[in-house]
Amino acid sequence: MSRNELKNQQSERYAFQIRIVAAALLVLVLFGLLATRFSWLQVMQHDKYQTLAEQNRISLVPIAPPRGIIYDRNGVVLAHNFSAYTLEITPSRVGVLEDCIDRLNKIIEITPKDRRRFKKLMEDTKDFESLPIKTRLTDEEVAKFAANSYQFPGVEVKARLFRQYPQGEVASHLIGYIGRINEKDLDDLDDKGELANYRGTDHIGKVGIEESYEQYLHGTTGFEEVEIDAGGRAIRTLRRTPPQPGKNLILSVDIKLQQIAENAFGDRKGALVAIDPKNGGVLAFVSKPGFDPNLFVDGIDPQSWNDLNTSPDKPLNNRALRGTYPPGSTFKPFMALGALEGNFRSPNQAIADTGVFNFGGHTFHDDKVGGHGMVDMYRSIVVSCDVYYYSLANVMGIDAISRFMGSMDFGKPTGVDINGEQPGVLPSQEWKKKRFRNPAQQKWFAGETISIGIGQGYNAYTPLQMAHATATLANDGREYRPHMVAYLVDGKTGARTVVEPTPEKIMNWKQSNVDIVKRAMAGVIKEGTGAKAFAGAAYTAAGKTGTAQVYSLKGAKYSESGTKAHLRDHAWFIAYAPAEDPKIALAVLVENGGWGAAAAAPIARQVLDYYLTGKQPNQPASEVESSDSD
Amino acid sequence: MIKVLWDRFVRPIDPWLLVFLVLLFILSSIVLYSASNQDMGKLNDKFTFMGVALCVLWVMANMPQQVLMRLALPIYLVGVVLLICVALFGSVSHGARRWLNIGVTIQPSELMKLGLPMMLAWYFHHYEATLNWKHFLVAMILLVIPMGLILKQPDLGTALLIASSGFYVMFFAGLSWYLIGALVLAGGGLAYVVTHWNLCIHILREYQCQRVATMLDPMQDPLGAGYHIIQGTIAIGSGGPFGKGWLNGTQTHLDFIPERTTDFIFAVFGEEFGLAGNIVLLLLYLMLIGRGLHIASNGSTLFGRLLAGALTLTFFTYAFVNMGMVSGILPVVGVPLPLVSYGGTSMVSLMAAFGILMSVQKDRKLMKN
Repeated sequence: MSRNELKNQQSERYAFQIRIVAAALLVLVLFGLLATRFSWLQVMQHDKYQTLAEQNRISLVPIAPPRGIIYDRNGVVLAHNFSAYTLEITPSRVGVLEDCIDRLNKIIEITPKDRRRFKKLMEDTKDFESLPIKTRLTDEEVAKFAANSYQFPGVEVKARLFRQYPQGEVASHLIGYIGRINEKDLDDLDDKGELANYRGTDHIGKVGIEESYEQYLHGTTGFEEVEIDAGGRAIRTLRRTPPQPGKNLILSVDIKLQQIAENAFGDRKGALVAIDPKNGGVLAFVSKPGFDPNLFVDGIDPQSWNDLNTSPDKPLNNRALRGTYPPGSTFKPFMALGALEGNFRSPNQAIADTGVFNFGGHTFHDDKVGGHGMVDMYRSIVVSCDVYYYSLANVMGIDAISRFMGSMDFGKPTGVDINGEQPGVLPSQEWKKKRFRNPAQQKWFAGETISIGIGQGYNAYTPLQMAHATATLANDGREYRPHMVAYLVDGKTGARTVVEPTPEKIMNWKQSNVDIVKRAMAGVIKEGTGAKAFAGAAYTAAGKTGTAQVYSLKGAKYSESGTKAHLRDHAWFIAYAPAEDPKIALAVLVENGGWGAAAAAPIARQVLDYYLTGKQPNQPASEVESSDSD
Repeated sequence: MIKVLWDRFVRPIDPWLLVFLVLLFILSSIVLYSASNQDMGKLNDKFTFMGVALCVLWVMANMPQQVLMRLALPIYLVGVVLLICVALFGSVSHGARRWLNIGVTIQPSELMKLGLPMMLAWYFHHYEATLNWKHFLVAMILLVIPMGLILKQPDLGTALLIASSGFYVMFFAGLSWYLIGALVLAGGGLAYVVTHWNLCIHILREYQCQRVATMLDPMQDPLGAGYHIIQGTIAIGSGGPFGKGWLNGTQTHLDFIPERTTDFIFAVFGEEFGLAGNIVLLLLYLMLIGRGLHIASNGSTLFGRLLAGALTLTFFTYAFVNMGMVSGILPVVGVPLPLVSYGGTSMVSLMAAFGILMSVQKDRKLMKN
C-alpha cells in the first residue's frame, strides 16, 4: 500500500465520518420535530383532545319519564300507562321495506292495517328513527321473533310504555289523546325550549287534557351517562340521573256522571257541560258522538282516520268546546237580569202578548199563536214568551244588551283548561263593523236587535259558555273559571297542588234582581216549560228550555216532521239544582233535537237525578211531550 | 471448555445494541399486552417471534462479511426475479398485486428491504478504488428496477422505504452534496406543485391521493380515511404529559384506535404513557440509531460501513414515518413501528439487520485483535 493510497483512504474515511455526522444531525432534527409535535398534542392541546376523547367514549342516553296518570274525582283511572313489547323497524337500516315486512309476516302476523298505519307513520316522521310496525306483542310473538331476529337487521323488539284509556269513548273529548311527535310538535317544543326534555319521548298530548296539561303530565327526562365503544355498544353506566315522572292529575269530573250523561244522549248528537257553580270545577263534559282515543296512541291507521274524519256526525268535533249555536230561549233569563240591572223594566210591569210584535214594518211571531196574554217578568220566563223579549230588546237597545252580556263574558272564551275553545259571537255594533267588509252591512239595524232578545240573530255560544253563564247566575254572580283538573299530584310524594281556588270575578248584581230571575227559573221547572221533564223530582231545580232555529222560516210555521234532519231546530236546556243551594249547573244541547223541553230537558233530568240522588237511569233519556211553547 | 464455548457464543454480540433491543422488547411487550386487551395469546406469539428473531440476530452476527458480500448479488437477483413474477402472476388482494403463491404466500418486496442495500454496498465496495459518477448512475439503475416493480404493485410506502435504503447507501458512498441538494429541492418542488395544482390524481392512484389529502385535512373524511388520523391524534393528545396509565387508555380499550396492535400501536403508547413515555421511546430509538451509526463509522470495510449506515438510517426512517403518521404529520402508509408493532416478518427482518450491524462490529474487533 503506497502512502498516497493510504492518505487517500484516510481522506475517504474522513468524508465518511462527515456523512455519519450529517446523518446523526438529520436524525436529531427529525426526532426533535416529533418531540415538538408530541409536546404540542400532549401539553398545549391536551385539554382539547381530552374533551374529544371523553365525547368519544361517553354517550348520554335519555330515559323518558313515565307520563302522569289521569284520575277522575273519585280516583277512577281515565288514562294510564302499561308496558308492552313492540316490534320496531328502522326503515333506513332495512333494505327493501316491503320485502322485510313480508318476511316478518311469516313469523309474526302483520295485518294490512298494521302496514297502512306504518306507512302513515313513516310519512309523518322525517327522522330515520325506529317506528312500530306492530304493538302489544304477545309473549309468544316476542319469543318467535327473538329466535329469528338474526335474519332481521334493523328490526327490534322493544319494551315501551303505552298510554291506555280504559274508559274508551267515554270522556274522549275531555281527556283527549296522545300521538307521536310530528314536525309541528318539534317546532313548538323548540320554541318553548323544551326539545332537550323530549329526547327519548315519542309521544305528546295532541288534544284535550292530554294536550293542555302536557307540561305537567310529561315529567322531566332523566339521563344515563354510558360509556360506549367505537361500535356504539354500551359498556357500562357511569352516572344516572333518574327521570322525574309526570304529575298525576285528579279531575273534578265525575266519570260516572259523565257516563250517565253520555248514555242519556243515546244516538243523538250534542253536548252537555255540568259545572260545580261553587268553584268552577267541571263535573261532566260531553260531546256526542265521541271516539276511541286508544286508536291514536300507536298512530291511527288511515282507514279509521278517514272514517272519523268524513263521518257526517263529525265525531272528532268537540261540540261542547268548539260548537257555537244560537242559545234560543235559554238567553231569556240573562236578558231579564240585564233589564233589571239596567233598570229597563220592573219585574211587575206586564206586556200584552198578542202573538206578534211589529217593528219597522216587520212582524215577529211568538211561538204560541195568539200569544200568552198579559205577561210579567216571572211569566215571561216560565212560559218563555217571545213578544216580551222582542219588546224588551227594543227598549234596551243593542248597546245595553251587549254591554251586560259582555260583562257576563258571553262571546269570550271561558278560559277552560283545554285548548281550542271557540269564543262564540256576542253581537254588538262594533262586532258587526269588524265582521262585515261591505259598508252597507256594517251598520247595525234596530230591527236586528229584536231577535237578539230571544237568543236568535247573530247570537252564537258554545254549550260550555251557556253552562258557565248558568253557573255564574246560580252562584249569584260569583264567576269561576271552569276547569277540568282539580289537583296536580306528585307521583312520588303525593303532594297535591290545587287548581283554581279563588273566584275570578264578582258581578256585583243586586241580589233582589238575581232572586227574581232565579225564582222564575225555578218556576220553569215547577209549572213552566220544564215541568213535564222534571215531574216527581226529589229535589228542587231551576232551569230554562230553549229551541234555537237553525235557519229562518221567514214566518212559516215550523214543523218537526216537515224539516230535513240537519235543518231541524237545536234543543237547549240550562239548569241548576238544588234551586236554593246550587251544587250543579249545566247546559244541554241536542243538535237538531227539536224542542228543548222535549229533547234536552230529560237529559238534564237524568244527570241531575244521578248527581243529587244517586239514581241511575236504565236507558237513554226519552223525549217528553211538549207544548208548542218554549 | 464451557468458558470457551460461552466466549464463542457471545463474541459476535454487541452488548450495547443488545441492551437497547432488550429494553425495547420489554417496552413493546408491555404496550402490546394493553393494546391487545390483555390477550396472552398475542403476547406468547410475540415472545416466539422474539426468540426466532434473536436466533436470526445471532446467526447474522456470526456471519463473516465476506459471506454477506457473496450473498448480496444472488439475493438481489432472486428478489428482482420474484418481483417480476409477482408482476406477471402474483395474487391480488385489496386491489394490489403484492403476493406470490409458491406453496406459501410470500411478499418478495420484504426480501428487497435487505437485498437492495446489500447489493449497493457490495457494488460500491467492489469498485471502491475507482469510484466515480458512472458507478452512482449504475447504482441508481439498480435502485430504480426494484422500486419501479414495487411501485407498480402498487405499494408506494414500501417502494419509498426501499428506495430510501438504497439512497442511504449512495449517500454514505459519497453521493455529491450538490446532487443531494438538487434532489431534495426537486422532490420538495414536485410535492409542492402536485399538492398545489391538484395534479396528484395524474401521478398517483386515487387512494394514495386520498391519503395525502386526508393527512392535510383529516376532517374532510372523518369516518373514512380521516378516522385513523383523528382517533390516533385524539389518543396521543388526550394522553397528556404523563398518560392515562397502563391499561387505562379509553381510546385504546373502547376500540376507537384502529389497528392498535400493529401500525397504530404508538397511539396506544402515547395515550397510556403520555409525553414522558414518548420521550423515553424516542431516546431508546436514538440510542439504537446512535450505536448503529457509531458501528458504521468504525466499520472495517466499505461494504460494512455502507451497509451498517444504511440499515441504521432505514431503521430510523421506519420509526420516524410510523410515529409521524400516527401523530398526524405524515400521510398514513402501512409502516409498522419497528420492533414494537405486532408482527413476525418485520421483526425478523429488522433483527437480521441488527445482526448485520453486530457482524460489522465483530469484524472490527477481530481486526483490532
